[in-house]
Amino acid sequence: MSTDLAASTDEFGEINKYDFRTESKAVFKARKGIDAEIVNQISEMKGEPEWMRQYRLKALDIFHAKPMPTWGGDIDIDFQDIFYYLKPTDKQGRTWDEVPQEIKDTFEKLGIPEAERKFLSGVKAQFESEVVYGSLKDDLANQGVIFTDTDTAIKEHPDLVREYFGTIIPSTDNKFAALNSAVWSGGSFIYVPKGVKIEFPLQAYFRINAENMGQFERTLIIVDEGASIHYVEGCTAPMYSSESLHSAVVEIICKRGSRCRYTTIQNWANNIYNLVTKRAVAYADATMEWVDGNLGSKLTMKYPAVYMMEPGARGEILSIAFASKGQHQDAGAKLVHCAPNTTGQIISKSISKNGGRSSYRGLVKVEKDAKKSKCNVVCDALILDPKSRSDTYPYIEILEQDVSVGHEASVSRIGEEQMFYLMSRGLSEAEASTMIVNGFIEPLVKELPMEYAVEMNRLIQLQMEGSVG
Amino acid sequence: MSHTLKIENLHVSVEGKAILRGVNLTLNYGETHALMGPNGSGKSTLGLAIAGHPNYEITEGSITLDGVDITEWEADQRARAGIFMAFQRPVAIPGVKTADFLRHAATNVRRPDRKEGEDLIPMREFRKELKSKMEQLKIDPEFARRYVNDGFSGGEMKRSEILTMAMLSPKFSILDETDSGLDADAVRLASASIAEIGKDKMGLLIITHHDKLLEHNPPQYTHVMLGGRIVETGGAELARELHDHGYERIRATYPDADAANQQMIAKEETIAV
Repeated sequence: MSTDLAASTDEFGEINKYDFRTESKAVFKARKGIDAEIVNQISEMKGEPEWMRQYRLKALDIFHAKPMPTWGGDIDIDFQDIFYYLKPTDKQGRTWDEVPQEIKDTFEKLGIPEAERKFLSGVKAQFESEVVYGSLKDDLANQGVIFTDTDTAIKEHPDLVREYFGTIIPSTDNKFAALNSAVWSGGSFIYVPKGVKIEFPLQAYFRINAENMGQFERTLIIVDEGASIHYVEGCTAPMYSSESLHSAVVEIICKRGSRCRYTTIQNWANNIYNLVTKRAVAYADATMEWVDGNLGSKLTMKYPAVYMMEPGARGEILSIAFASKGQHQDAGAKLVHCAPNTTGQIISKSISKNGGRSSYRGLVKVEKDAKKSKCNVVCDALILDPKSRSDTYPYIEILEQDVSVGHEASVSRIGEEQMFYLMSRGLSEAEASTMIVNGFIEPLVKELPMEYAVEMNRLIQLQMEGSVG
Repeated sequence: MSHTLKIENLHVSVEGKAILRGVNLTLNYGETHALMGPNGSGKSTLGLAIAGHPNYEITEGSITLDGVDITEWEADQRARAGIFMAFQRPVAIPGVKTADFLRHAATNVRRPDRKEGEDLIPMREFRKELKSKMEQLKIDPEFARRYVNDGFSGGEMKRSEILTMAMLSPKFSILDETDSGLDADAVRLASASIAEIGKDKMGLLIITHHDKLLEHNPPQYTHVMLGGRIVETGGAELARELHDHGYERIRATYPDADAANQQMIAKEETIAV
């Protein structure tokens, strides 16, 4: 087994400590490209029921028919030059001992075993296309909580999956949702029964490891009436020379009085297209919160959405994007008020550095009769140098008079006076700018579980190193 | 301990406009100097130039610390060498906790050779020290968790600056109108705090309009600035005179400097001096 542990320097001269790769020994690897044969093969390999195979094939047609988005960032992907399915081991590891050593090595570098030790709860990790290791705390299972990969869920809970799969984000939603629907693999499936409140965050790590390996995970979370859950997803990807594509679909259903928080920290390599569709529906008095941190990637287009379907529903989206050289973060949020007395909030923070470009793209829509609804949007952009760029595209559609909608936006260059103040107290230029940036994203970081907050600060520090002076 | 901060023939411009026109001043460790003068005379500019503000361009003259020329040094190098300025209106750094900021600052100032990423003062040790300094200065412990100067009242800002000074124990401190915007009680507290932290333990340059701040810090020297120059130097009695009678006599005695001062005030709308 050969493993390159040495931190290497990427093409932009910045040290990326996650730039190590473990040699992948795939048991099965589909050929490159996408067509009905590949889709059939994927479905067959997984031993899926016929309805899912048909679902995939239909989505494939939609994918071919849909045009590429004409907004957002520049997408230059050769869809025939990508591997769509790779199965790293022939069966899913159940205990840590059963997990192959090279995969363990990768997880160790990512700190998974530590998370496992710390939380002793549901750790799900996706290595390439399939979940290879997972454990679930016994008492969760005893409470009827289902936390598994989506492939397993189809086998073990077919009715539940079929009832909700694709209902929030249909294949017709957009080209990349259609692509995911055709070739999806892995992802998490969670069902929290009525009234069950999970007190600790459930976590999953995702990772792309084979060159030109698309990762198309599919996550479905159903939070039943009065239940609550905090799901945490972190991503790091190693560095490769040719383009990689990550295109996930995440669907969440928050039933009456339930609560769901979905936290994501993504740190992609600079050559990855990260095109993700995330959407939740919140019913009466339910609360859905997206906490979404985006670092790295060549282009990220991601706009977590909450549709507030019934009175009293709440949707909150906290988004942060960090764009450095060669990176375009087109991130934002969508809130749709479909019922009276619904409350929405978007807080977006973006940082552009070293020629990076970040855009906030957000939609607030208030449907007719969604009376007394309230929505507040705050988006702040911080630009670290004159080469970098920040744009704001706020879309607001209000079809009801009796509502309160607020929008505040600010763009600031890193303050000369702030820099001088910190430096006059002995901080170096680099320390001062890192401190200002960390302060800027503090409202998001303080919402993260402790070890993710530490990770986030470390990632920011890595991004900031060598940025000034 | 013996340290000397020496300002010689200092000329400073901001955005190409001359503000200081040949300032000479020598501060020794343990001394207290008062710097007074009407608005726009260049007092803050002198402080900011000594602290190393990048917008305050030194066009002529020099600043030396213990014989080392620091005229071209960056602000952080100066801070690590023992120069401190308490600002009149310190900027807010949202999201950065006062305690975290002070821990970084104190570590760097105490270990001037520290490289980025190297260890900070151990948390326990630092907390203990900060707590005792805050008690000494009668500052609410909650303060440490607030964001640096964010939403602070005028009084809180000034006390935060004095706390920072206490944590950094510089060789020389410039206090820029640490009394402005404070009520009489707050000024008295600030004056007592400065004396407790700074008197005989550093060289103090106290910029003020009034003698209240000097109550606990009687200056050995009082300098009067007008039109970008120090026009007169005296003892504590000069500070009292200026406080009681204003700058009429000074203006009359130095008409050229007064004319320069009037000109500078006219420009003040665009430049903070």
